[in-house]
Amino acid sequence: MAQVQDRLRRGPEWPGRLGRSVARTADRASRPLMARFRASLQLRVVSSTLIASTILVLIFSFVVAGSVTSGLLDERQDTAVEEIENAAERAAEQLGTYTSSSDTALASAMQQIVNELTEDPVYAPYIMLRTANGDVAKTHPASGGQTPSENLQKAVAGGKVASQYGDFTFEGDDEAKPYLVVGTYIDLNIPYELYAFYPLDSQQEAISLLRTNLALAGVALVLLLGVIAALVTRLVVTPVREAARTSQRLAAGLLHERMEVRGSDDLARLAGSFNLMAENLQRQIGRLEEMSMMQRRFTSDVSHELRTPLATIRMAADLLYDNRDDFDPVTKRSTELLQHEIDRFEDLLQELLEISRFDSGFASLEVDAVDVGRIADDVVAGLSHLAGECGVQVAVTKPARRVIAEVDPRRVQRILRNLVSNAIEHAESRPVEITLAESDTAVAVAVRDHGVGLKPGHADRVFDRFWRADPSRNRKTGGTGLGLAISLEDAKLHGGTLQATGEPGEGTLIVLTLPLQSGNRVITSPIPLRLEEKRKEAPHATQD
Amino acid sequence: MSMRARVLVVDDDPALAEMLGIILRTEGFTPTFVTDGEKALAAFKEHRPDIVLLDLMLPGMSGIDVAKAIRGESGVPIVMLTAKSDTVDIVLGLESGADDYIVKPFKPKELVARIRARLRRGDDVTPERLEIGKPGLQVQIDVPAHQVTLNGAEVKLTPLEFDLLVALARKPRQVFTRQVLLEQVWGYRHSADTRLVNVHVQRLRAKIEPDPERPQLIQTVRGVGYKAGLG
Repeated sequence: MAQVQDRLRRGPEWPGRLGRSVARTADRASRPLMARFRASLQLRVVSSTLIASTILVLIFSFVVAGSVTSGLLDERQDTAVEEIENAAERAAEQLGTYTSSSDTALASAMQQIVNELTEDPVYAPYIMLRTANGDVAKTHPASGGQTPSENLQKAVAGGKVASQYGDFTFEGDDEAKPYLVVGTYIDLNIPYELYAFYPLDSQQEAISLLRTNLALAGVALVLLLGVIAALVTRLVVTPVREAARTSQRLAAGLLHERMEVRGSDDLARLAGSFNLMAENLQRQIGRLEEMSMMQRRFTSDVSHELRTPLATIRMAADLLYDNRDDFDPVTKRSTELLQHEIDRFEDLLQELLEISRFDSGFASLEVDAVDVGRIADDVVAGLSHLAGECGVQVAVTKPARRVIAEVDPRRVQRILRNLVSNAIEHAESRPVEITLAESDTAVAVAVRDHGVGLKPGHADRVFDRFWRADPSRNRKTGGTGLGLAISLEDAKLHGGTLQATGEPGEGTLIVLTLPLQSGNRVITSPIPLRLEEKRKEAPHATQD
Repeated sequence: MSMRARVLVVDDDPALAEMLGIILRTEGFTPTFVTDGEKALAAFKEHRPDIVLLDLMLPGMSGIDVAKAIRGESGVPIVMLTAKSDTVDIVLGLESGADDYIVKPFKPKELVARIRARLRRGDDVTPERLEIGKPGLQVQIDVPAHQVTLNGAEVKLTPLEFDLLVALARKPRQVFTRQVLLEQVWGYRHSADTRLVNVHVQRLRAKIEPDPERPQLIQTVRGVGYKAGLG
């Protein structure tokens, strides 16, 4: 029972489904239209103009048609009342002598009056005269026995002149036509009622003509307004569209694009100020480009001007260094210091120039599809001397198959050399592990040492320029403090990430992640940035 | 090399040139110096050096043009000395004909090693003939004579291009990684500077491939390196 009630309450399911599907279809059909409507200012202005003017024209037409109609009908009624009073007087003159409704002469007299009145063009074409009690009723033969409504008869029986509109069908009419029926009470020995039927043909014609004209004029007016709105908005929209087009082209880098300035109106002012803006924009961009070019040229010049003398110094120092055993101890030590400091100076210059190339945005990627594992192996082989000096075991773990990635091999080699040499230096004679892993989109190289590690808050600072975890720490390779900053820039240039985490005493983990395909960006790394799950979660920083 | 190798140094910096002279003489070379790009070609013709050290930024004619002019005359090894390490500059230098480059400042030992690597040749005296390709597109290499023919017609290769071709042709169908080629042909160890290999493979292809855009004799194996031969 409850089930039945429930189903009844819910009703059949299909109307709802049908309704939804109809709504969906309608929605789909209207979407392009709605989209166009939202997209086009002109369409919006024109359609709202059309809607507003249609409403106004409709209201106006109704008011005009209404007042004209009531005016025409009132006039007709006034003359009809006048006429029927007139006719009643004429009838009264002839009927005043009769005292009994049973008088046989009365009927013929009434018929005669009706005929006279009917045939007189002054009066209504259909007339009915009868005694108030309804014993005798006369109409013109053409009237075809139409009688006024009972309401009117009652009103007239009250002794007043009354009128009413109604549809009647008289002889010769195909269908019911509107008539004004006026009735009056003739107060004689025998009371009479006189009714006249006035056709409203001409009024109706006039009204329908008026309506047609109003409709035509209204439609014409609405269309005209629509066209005017379209023209006016076109006048405004065209330059706006042109401005939109021009700014799109400006945004696309065509800095020479300008708007055409016509006349001296608001739109011309828009075009003028738009062009001024474009002009300033072009000048600013030009200036920035020039500055950037100058910076690049400066970097290049500094590089050349510093490197050439440095090359001579380098060679001279090397020559002296090679012969240092022939010198006295003071000169020998000086030669050694000179040699080491030239090494440092050279590294620093190299890295400063590299950083400035990144800063001026002129670092470019030379992409090749290469085996990243092979690069890692080469880097480890190249650093075997340093590893031996520090007493550090370096192990590389990589997938069985080659990991081919579209990267700049020189840059990847530089990053890895930086990371691994850093790890070896900070490993405190404990092993360094290098792990290579690959996902569908990215390759990751993790460099893990078990040395001093990072203090809380240091993980996000290791990539800062010239930052050192422990300034007093003596570094065997005399790093410049720019290595990790450059590595980070190199990783970014690839669309990759370089992240560090570490804990004091637990060591440091740095993960380099690069997209397998050049042009892509790294979203997640195949190697999570986590020290082995010991104790608590390590603080970590993300730099991308 | 029994005779002292002649080295033409083209560099406009007098101090650097003098220092280079000291190093080169110490190492047993006979250096000649030119400071101007315009005079480089005349000096080259006059001295017939075994190797050219060429600065890319020169007054007068640029190093790039000097390299092209020398390449028009001979396949003599050219090592660029450059103070610019931007890829554009290096690739431009390699494409104009330099075999190798070294970025200033360099260690004298490194420079000498590069020069020696470029001069080390002519050790192969055993008659060795190599062939790659198929009838109609066949490259024959006479190793001791340093001669290469394509379908019977002789092709002029620079010694470096020759070495590169021989390295690939000795083991046809074996894929050489760029690192291996860098080691075998240029004498580099642990380097990932693939620009050297890429540019020179292109130069070699331009000389022996009918359509260098669709190479048949020296093919690229994506992600690995290059191999010689068909299929």
